[in-house]
Amino acid sequence: MNQLRFPSPPASVAAERLRSEVREFLANSLKDVPARIRAKSWNGFDAEFTRKVAERGWIGMTWPRRYGGHERTALERYTVLEEMLAAGAPVAAHWIADRQTGPLLLKYGTEAQKQAILPRIAAGEAYACIGMSEPGSGSDLAAVRTRAEPVADGFLINGTKLWTTYAHRAQHMILFCRTSGSTQDRQAGTSQLLVDLSTPGIHINPVIDLQGEHHFNEVVFDNVHVGLGALVGEMGNGWQQVISELGYERSGPERFLSSMVLLIELVRALGDNPSPAACIAVGRLSSHVIVLRQMSLGVARMLESGEDPAMQATLVKDLGAVFEQEISEVARSLIDADSDLPALTEFCRVLHYTTMVAPSFSLRGGTREILRGIIARGIGLR
Amino acid sequence: MNSMDDMLTDTTLRLFDTEFPDEVVRSSRAGQFPQQGWTALEEAGLPLGLLSEAEGGFGLATIDALALVRICGAHASPVPLVETMVTNWLRARVGLPLIPGPATFALLGPSLVTEARGRDRVVRGELHNVPWAEHSASLVVVGRDFVVEVPRQEIRILSSSQPGSLPRNTIGLDITLSGDHLRAFPGSLDLDTVRCAGAVMRTLEMAGALEQIVAMTVAYAGDRIQFGRPIGKQQAVQQQIAVLASQAAAANAAATLAAGAFGDSYHMEAVAVGKSRAGEAASVGAAIAHQVHGAIGFTRDYRLHFFTRALWTWRDEYGSERYWNEFLGQRACAGGADQLWSFITRVGTQLPSEST
Repeated sequence: MNQLRFPSPPASVAAERLRSEVREFLANSLKDVPARIRAKSWNGFDAEFTRKVAERGWIGMTWPRRYGGHERTALERYTVLEEMLAAGAPVAAHWIADRQTGPLLLKYGTEAQKQAILPRIAAGEAYACIGMSEPGSGSDLAAVRTRAEPVADGFLINGTKLWTTYAHRAQHMILFCRTSGSTQDRQAGTSQLLVDLSTPGIHINPVIDLQGEHHFNEVVFDNVHVGLGALVGEMGNGWQQVISELGYERSGPERFLSSMVLLIELVRALGDNPSPAACIAVGRLSSHVIVLRQMSLGVARMLESGEDPAMQATLVKDLGAVFEQEISEVARSLIDADSDLPALTEFCRVLHYTTMVAPSFSLRGGTREILRGIIARGIGLR
Repeated sequence: MNSMDDMLTDTTLRLFDTEFPDEVVRSSRAGQFPQQGWTALEEAGLPLGLLSEAEGGFGLATIDALALVRICGAHASPVPLVETMVTNWLRARVGLPLIPGPATFALLGPSLVTEARGRDRVVRGELHNVPWAEHSASLVVVGRDFVVEVPRQEIRILSSSQPGSLPRNTIGLDITLSGDHLRAFPGSLDLDTVRCAGAVMRTLEMAGALEQIVAMTVAYAGDRIQFGRPIGKQQAVQQQIAVLASQAAAANAAATLAAGAFGDSYHMEAVAVGKSRAGEAASVGAAIAHQVHGAIGFTRDYRLHFFTRALWTWRDEYGSERYWNEFLGQRACAGGADQLWSFITRVGTQLPSEST
């Protein structure tokens, strides 16, 4: 049952020093941002903030210097990320590119792709989105229909992507699509392309979420022509490449810190003399987040030492989503959500926002049912 | 892990496998002490696992010695190896002589009165739920500001836990202890740190037992055929067992955190996190293991209860989830909302002692 064990998280004085720097930076940058805005967590988009983060050298931290990176350790990067999330910093502009697109291109991209994109991501100027889900392909990613037909000088793309977060702000998409065969071939015949979203024939339509916010999009490809240089990695190797991204996508601090601003506001609302029942509830949530952080840091350590943490990452994401969703319910069990006390106004707004957004926590990045299926397979049930 | 630790782990696993098959665990839960197995563990030196070489142990790194505790949990140990390890550690710390044989320790409770009489101390009253007291050759009682070695003949066993559960006793004491048996706490050690030691042990044992019930439940779900196929092929069952596995994983991480906090000066918040998180995992995990096992898992003959009954006992000992969560919540709230995150990272970050 080694798959249920996590290595001890690393700790370093350098990372703790960096933590202080990040805290100081955030205290300044966010001092006028109210909690209800910070509650947006990694959905908060602010290009100016992203540029300032880049200036500090906190995007592409682990990448080679020749691509604009800073050659810092994975632990230092993790420290920056968790500080940003805990403070509710608006990281959405660079979030996906830093977490996923950059590492994917470093691993599979051509030299030209790396040189063209990575330095601009690290400078906080280029943003990326992920073209995975489709109208008929959500959890069942291998049912992908969007097709990039190889033609003489590149690919001709037709199809529709859905739930594409911040496609309307990003310049680039990593498109997961079919380059041969049909949906019957499932994983075979899939590839990844790096697509410039200003290419003619791409239509980006907003999909508004239940509380009126615009982060999702539908992205329609209508005879979109891209060059041969758009191919990332090998033709037909798309599935393996996508799977290798998931270790990064599923285990980070964003998988359990989405409601952290609410937990902080809850402690504020409880005041100076919390009841024993409130202490028990806050203590319990604290113990959960501290253990999740141990697990997540353990996965980071495994990634750095070249181990495959697919199972451990899945465990973090599943437990993390349960925890993030529970915070709203615990908060409203301790403090009236419709209180009209002025001191509780901000708490109530954060609670309301987090409650509305919470259903997405166990959908994005792999649904709860898919994750538990992966865990069941990992322990030998399937 | 170096070869020394591997060897110790292997030795321990081999001893448990050969000395403690199911029948031995079963008879121990009926009150029979497996003397032969205990002697084998003692000959291997395991009860001294937490002691330095100077103290008469073999100078294992603490974290490796604590791996033995996890093994005890995973095997529903039918002997008080864990209690004896802690008692010997405590004796070494306060300067009491080591005594061979199984040992246990008890924390001062509300039904025990102690008073000083010159250099001596009178200890009178009852202690409840003392682990393994009836099978122990010696008992150390830990008070607010003292530690006493209570000779075996001075312990009156007033009641025993019911058959099938882990051995726990209510004991009566009415004794005057001379200075020879009495020690003051040195340095940072006190009643709370000994409670922490117990909590770390139970956390590790729960993590071990949870891993064991994951393995048992997966195996059972693969064997048990209903509706023409193994129940483990049903998605509804798979999803439940996945939750059990994730709780076992959380308990493992909690145990690693708590084990790292073990020592003379405890990082009490880390112990609180470990014990309360593992305790919650025990509750959720045991319930799922029973649900999947169906009626057979509810019988005395089936071995699931070796582990689930132990989990239900361990989660309550040395501070339940309620106890440690309240402690942790008070500490978390004390610094105010704007220090909460800093509190969370501090508890989880064990910096190397040598700054580099």
